[in-house]
Amino acid sequence: MRALLPGSTLLALLQGWLAASPLAGEVVKVPISDLVFSPAEVTVHVGDTVEWDNADFVDHTATATNGDWDVAIAGGKSGSVQLSRAGTLSYYCRFHPNMTGTIKVLDADQPR
Amino acid sequence: MHISYLGAAAALVLGAIAVQAQDKPSDPQIAHIAYTAGTLDIEAAQQALKKSKNKEVRGFAENMVKDHTAVNDQALALVKKLGVTPQDNATSKGLTKGAADRLSELGKLSGSNFDKAYVENEVAYHQTVNDALSKTLIPSANNAELKSFLETGLKIFQGHQQHAEHLAATFK
Repeated sequence: MRALLPGSTLLALLQGWLAASPLAGEVVKVPISDLVFSPAEVTVHVGDTVEWDNADFVDHTATATNGDWDVAIAGGKSGSVQLSRAGTLSYYCRFHPNMTGTIKVLDADQPR
Repeated sequence: MHISYLGAAAALVLGAIAVQAQDKPSDPQIAHIAYTAGTLDIEAAQQALKKSKNKEVRGFAENMVKDHTAVNDQALALVKKLGVTPQDNATSKGLTKGAADRLSELGKLSGSNFDKAYVENEVAYHQTVNDALSKTLIPSANNAELKSFLETGLKIFQGHQQHAEHLAATFK
């Protein structure tokens, strides 16, 4: 007969699964207005999602300088990315490179 | 060769704007200049889309068409709302003449020679327009909504200038 996993192991597995689950993260909003990402710097945790809401009438992008992601954000619309790795990422708008921002991604258990 | 031509074109346009600067442009003239500057850059982009096979250059040109069309649509809606009728003037005429000369000059080039010249023109053109906006048009605008709209336009065009500068660096 198969031995059951101890309760504590199950709990740890469940917690690990929750931390890795896309459902676990928060959504952090970064409005775009008059060609500015505001706030220009946000701190999030792995699994969180950053959502850009574009109030401008022109299209923008949020493009990671390291090439990890390239989010299209049409005028008057939103775009988002879920952060899967810890680290500090800088990003810019490909159409208007004078628009720049930074996302600090902390490990899931690291205090903000 | 097209570099010296560029300098001449920029000088012509700057000359026209400098003349205008002594005689402060009115809101109807400012609206006309801003709209004309956008239309001319759309025409330059359309030429690039016909001639260029370079992915980055085409992407830039597509964005110029999209952004300047969006800005001009907003500009038209604003002047309508404000009851301002855009008025032709020496600066608009200078910009138009410079752009026509540039289209014809660029029309003679092809391949990477065209790409390089188009992108360098875009740097010079946006620089000229941005200078005009920040030094003459924005300070001269009387209507607060027009002024604020021009300020947003300036930020968009400064973005275009930077984008063009990055592209130009890849042709060096």
